[in-house]
Amino acid sequence: MKKLKSVLLGSAASLVLVAGVSQAEIRIGIDPAPYLPFSAESASGQLEGWEIQIADAICAAMNEDCVWVKTAWDGLIPALTSNKIDAIINSMSITEERMKTIDFSNKYYNTPAVIVAPKDSNISADAASTDGMYIGVQVATTHANYVEAHMGSATIKSYQNFDEHNQDLFSGRIDAVVGDSMAMQPFLESTEGQCCEIKGDLHDVAIFGPGVGVGLRKGSDLKAKINAAIDQIRADGTFDRISKPFFNFDIYGG
Amino acid sequence: MEWYWLGEYAPKLLSGTWLTIQLLVMAVFFGMLLAIPIGLAQVTGPKIFSLPARAFCTTFRGTPLLIQLWLLYYGLGSLFPYMDGIRSSFIWPYLRDAFPYAIVAFTLSVAAYEGEIMRGAFKNVPKGELEAGIASGMSRFQLLRRIWLPRALQNVMPTLAGEMVLTLKATPLAATITVYEIFGVGTIIRQETYRIYEPLLLIAGVYICLTGVIVVLFHWLENRVPKASG
Repeated sequence: MKKLKSVLLGSAASLVLVAGVSQAEIRIGIDPAPYLPFSAESASGQLEGWEIQIADAICAAMNEDCVWVKTAWDGLIPALTSNKIDAIINSMSITEERMKTIDFSNKYYNTPAVIVAPKDSNISADAASTDGMYIGVQVATTHANYVEAHMGSATIKSYQNFDEHNQDLFSGRIDAVVGDSMAMQPFLESTEGQCCEIKGDLHDVAIFGPGVGVGLRKGSDLKAKINAAIDQIRADGTFDRISKPFFNFDIYGG
Repeated sequence: MEWYWLGEYAPKLLSGTWLTIQLLVMAVFFGMLLAIPIGLAQVTGPKIFSLPARAFCTTFRGTPLLIQLWLLYYGLGSLFPYMDGIRSSFIWPYLRDAFPYAIVAFTLSVAAYEGEIMRGAFKNVPKGELEAGIASGMSRFQLLRRIWLPRALQNVMPTLAGEMVLTLKATPLAATITVYEIFGVGTIIRQETYRIYEPLLLIAGVYICLTGVIVVLFHWLENRVPKASG
């Protein structure tokens, strides 16, 4: 581990030197620890994953050269503020706490909360369709908060964990489950999950937060450029083309 | 110690306590109704009754209540999708709800433990008293109602009180099948407020109060049962 760290630090330092001379490259910090399907390091040390491809697309849209700087997760923000990297693209959620220290681009993804129900059910994201229904949620989650706030006429069933509400959805005890789309995907791909499908995305920024953005230094002039690049790859279809093989739902989150 | 959350969660805490009480009272009531014939069958019944009764007690006392609860709730639940028409049947509202499963599981558990206690209790009533009853012309049912059952209960009252307290302390298991009784409510509070000690202490206090009520109740009952003859 120590050895790995020194190699990483060494490479980071040399990159800083290089960047110090040219300033042409944008240094993007990422934790090489695997976070599938977003990012992971292959056996040959190559970074791969959905987020890597998106970052490459953003760089291409900006017409900039980008280099990856591998940094441990808890060192990302310090590396950014101490000018060792210029951006963080590592599934970092935009939170008020982080906004005190760094800035963020607009979101580039936000795994939406979804409502999942049996295929023949008439339930949708519309609260009226859940009237009198049993809705399963994991206890003390933003999803539970959403159902409480928006689907008041449904009966909420709280589960200690995720597999339990999926089990009851499969058995038909509950009419729908509200949960994170990423987390629901493995269930929907399983044999039991064939009973059911995603009936709609649920949105409430106040409850779920804005999503994941590119972490930037405060006042960085990259912010406008990256926002424009995100808009561009969204508009020209690059974003969807990259996302399709990875996700069976809209990862951008509407 | 911070108790700011108490007001916000008071309604949930009250309904949780009420659910605990309902679960306990129903389980002990129905469990006791089953325990009397189960105990009696083991002492006096022909093999066709006594063997199943013994097997029932051994099985249910020999497996964790949590497993029984999950086998009933999630185990049966996994069969529902394969039963045609069950979701349109009139019992579906009960089958989908978790509370009836909790009642059944706890009732069977109480029946098994108290059935064993009642077996000992029936057995320990002095033979002479039963013979005296028969000699004075009582029918078998009169004998049971007037001598055998009261004498048996009289002997095991303190044990039954202990069993009821143990059952009370097993009720938190119901929270694992979405019956949010008082312990489950405490879990929600802990997960939402990130306060650990206060909700746990409060809930421990609720259990102590409920135990106190059980102890006082049985003390009163013991005094009502006529003292040993002579």
